[in-house]
Amino acid sequence: MSSMLHIVNKSPFDRNALDSCLRLAGSGSAILLIEDGVYAAVAKAAQADKITGRMGDCSFYALGPDIAARGLSDISLIDGIQVVDYEGFVDLVAEHGATQSWL
Amino acid sequence: MEDFDDDGPEIIKRFMYVNRRAPYGTIYALECLEVVLVAAAFDQDVSVVFVDDGVCQLKKNQDTTEIGMKNFSRTYGALDDYDVEKIYVEKESLEARGLTVDDLVIPVEVVAAAQLQVIMAQQDVVISS
Repeated sequence: MSSMLHIVNKSPFDRNALDSCLRLAGSGSAILLIEDGVYAAVAKAAQADKITGRMGDCSFYALGPDIAARGLSDISLIDGIQVVDYEGFVDLVAEHGATQSWL
Repeated sequence: MEDFDDDGPEIIKRFMYVNRRAPYGTIYALECLEVVLVAAAFDQDVSVVFVDDGVCQLKKNQDTTEIGMKNFSRTYGALDDYDVEKIYVEKESLEARGLTVDDLVIPVEVVAAAQLQVIMAQQDVVISS
């Protein structure tokens, strides 16, 4: 069974989508932050430890175009989060099993 | 021709616009900015507040070319042209998101929640988005 791809598009400050995702994503999952979900990638943000706590057993990605749109390109992101472009997004979907979008 | 401007006593109310949403995930931020710019033409006492994810609206260096949406962050600079000078950002919200006043696209007054409570309570009309 191939590992899952979880996609989070809500701000972690506004909704609990990231919390639910981190609670239910199994070891080896890939977690992709898109749209307002990219606010979770900011290193100095208050809930950054939620992601760093799962860095050991999950891989984290954030969508570059959404980071740039929100002005976060000039800000430090959490170490270990890989920034991907739209092609990278497609690759992640292709490489993993089921995709869960945490709307 | 009647001149409406000089008819009757001028009533000025205090209007506060409270922004709580991030800029591109929903339409709230852009809609609220447009409402503020329209309302500013009516010579009222206008304050604009950014709390929660609303502070993200003011982040510098937004570049929306790759997401196909209008970058309206520069439009906040027009608030000053419309004489909207009371622009408040809640300190707690800014800090929680790892941002500082240097990250913002326009000059603002950073206020703590306790201070913002007082300013909010002084308003005649509060419009939230």
